[in-house]
Amino acid sequence: MEVIITGLVLGGTYALVALGLNIQYGISRIMNLANGELLVAGGLAAFWFWTAGQISPMLTLVIVAPGAFVLNYLIYVIMLRPLVRRAKSQGELEVSSILATFGLAFVGVGIMLALVGGQYFSYSYLSRPIEILGSNYGLNRIIAFLAAAVMCALVYLWLHKSRMGMSIRALAVAPDSAVLVGVNVERLSALAFAIGGAITAVGGALISTFLTLDPSSGVLFTLKALVIVIMGGVGDTRGTIVAALLLGILETFVATVFDPGLTLAAAYLLFVLVLLFRPQGFFGKPTS
Amino acid sequence: MLKLFSALTVAAVSVVLAGSAVAQDTLKFGAVAPKTGGLAGGAAVTFWPNVQLWAHDVNARGGLQVGDKSYMVEIVEYDDQTNPGETIKAVQRLATQDNADFILAPYGTGLNLAAAPIFDRYGYPMVTHTAISDQIETLSEKFPNMFFTLGGATGLAGGVVEVLSQMREQGEIGNSVAMVNVADAFGIELAEVAAPQFEAAGFDIVYSTSYPLGTSDLSPVVKAAKAANPDAFVAWSYPPDTFGLTAQAKIENLDVKAFYAAVATAFPAYLGANGASAEGVLGAGGVYADGEAWSSYAARHEEVTGAKPDFWASGMVYASFQILEQAIEGAGTLDRDAVSAYIDANDFDTIMGEISWDEFNNNSAYWTVGQWQGGVFKGVASTGREGAVPAVPKQGW
Repeated sequence: MEVIITGLVLGGTYALVALGLNIQYGISRIMNLANGELLVAGGLAAFWFWTAGQISPMLTLVIVAPGAFVLNYLIYVIMLRPLVRRAKSQGELEVSSILATFGLAFVGVGIMLALVGGQYFSYSYLSRPIEILGSNYGLNRIIAFLAAAVMCALVYLWLHKSRMGMSIRALAVAPDSAVLVGVNVERLSALAFAIGGAITAVGGALISTFLTLDPSSGVLFTLKALVIVIMGGVGDTRGTIVAALLLGILETFVATVFDPGLTLAAAYLLFVLVLLFRPQGFFGKPTS
Repeated sequence: MLKLFSALTVAAVSVVLAGSAVAQDTLKFGAVAPKTGGLAGGAAVTFWPNVQLWAHDVNARGGLQVGDKSYMVEIVEYDDQTNPGETIKAVQRLATQDNADFILAPYGTGLNLAAAPIFDRYGYPMVTHTAISDQIETLSEKFPNMFFTLGGATGLAGGVVEVLSQMREQGEIGNSVAMVNVADAFGIELAEVAAPQFEAAGFDIVYSTSYPLGTSDLSPVVKAAKAANPDAFVAWSYPPDTFGLTAQAKIENLDVKAFYAAVATAFPAYLGANGASAEGVLGAGGVYADGEAWSSYAARHEEVTGAKPDFWASGMVYASFQILEQAIEGAGTLDRDAVSAYIDANDFDTIMGEISWDEFNNNSAYWTVGQWQGGVFKGVASTGREGAVPAVPKQGW
């Protein structure tokens, strides 16, 4: 039971890391390799507000989310939209967006380095134990899990119950046809990219309450997010959530029952198996 | 009028000429270390501020006195991105293109080992400060101009065994030890040399595991360690997991009277993140905190760079620069072979105390274990340094 709760909580963390990338890749078709740097930037903002003014990361979210939204919107409009317009095919857009965002990742690291230096930043927020069913868990992790659950629910509701969400899903499923039914593809892509970025930054702020980050740690998170997004199936948020939870439970199970040293191996084994037997991911559409 | 004008002109010109005659030559010192990549966090605390501080200190007292000339210090910095290939390229560039007079040793064992052949090929003295290796004997044979100051893995692990043995003798802890390590070179090496030393000292390792670098949830590790009911918890860990294990130990309320985490426990950020819970935590390093040498160094470090030094390698980084500085001045020449020979043949008085070399160009007296006591990470065990204070049992979180 302990394994399941710990696993779910870890899965929630992974969902926070991967949800933003899923939206950016699935809807805007941008494989954003600077995703991890954005996450770290969100964490950095939370750290800065906490150490400077004891402002709770929960409140910092109010600043981080819109800030990241605007930043990502500008990045899309200025840097990525020209690539989208120029690309003659889906594959070409993916390649050029990978290259562009790869460079953007280095720029992000450099900016953070210049602003705050290269040190690790770590702080203790709500690092108190909370007892659930007889075992102790970190309060900050539980809160991050609940926040992840709320965010996932909100994203799901928005995508499936609102008109804009329906247009966005149309964009994800058939971008070429969407424009025929009056969907403003360009504007919605920018919007989706910005929202994905805001979610990532919020995830970063929440994660920073229990993880130690430094400006160079972004790449690890990008890698994790990539694995989860591909395992879950591109373009469907349910897939990301399921993949994240599954990964969390698997890693915790392996660490508890077998050996903590095998967690990485188990995670990538799962990834390889999914790619072998269901390459489109759990909820993805089979590529014809 | 014309006479006055020409007199003034002559005066002005002679002032300018006199000024340029007094203008000083500079010595180029290369500095290659991570600013990005996996070790950037550590280098940002331990290495780069000391480069800035040392250059400032030397220039503030008029520069280096070599023979009858004085030289100001100029630092040429390179980011090696924690990539050994980049370290090698940067050192090569410093040697061949930038014509650096001397090159400061890189950061961390791996990058130093990668750069050693290049330092040797171009004949630069290499006074390392963060290279911890048990291969010192082989290395010093291959690279006669390489000097070691921070110790070896066996010594570091031995220090922990020594501290725990003392605590056991005083009845503060029992016999059982839970030992975990990060699955990276340093963590693995330390675990390998520690296990036999623990057993030889009569300790019982009741739980032992390794975990991958970058593990974000260490609760399975701490839960399992707690279930084994240890008296002491020892983690050969890296900064992110040092912080993570500490946080988890608090959450699980791991009630051990001795809690040790290797790397980053000595960072000011550790105290910052943990506050009062850091009290009594053991880690690698330590300093003679009450000594005048350390206190004045720490104050100057904070004043000049704006950041506090860490309590392990920071001091040794600065000391290694002092060694280079004293050797250049002592040898009275910029000839690198002469400077290396001078380092080899002499002892040095640094902020860490006196540093002398054994037959393997190794400083065999280094701090092994420190403990947070009253907001200061004091040295509690060393292989021969003065100023150790007794270790105290941990009183909860």
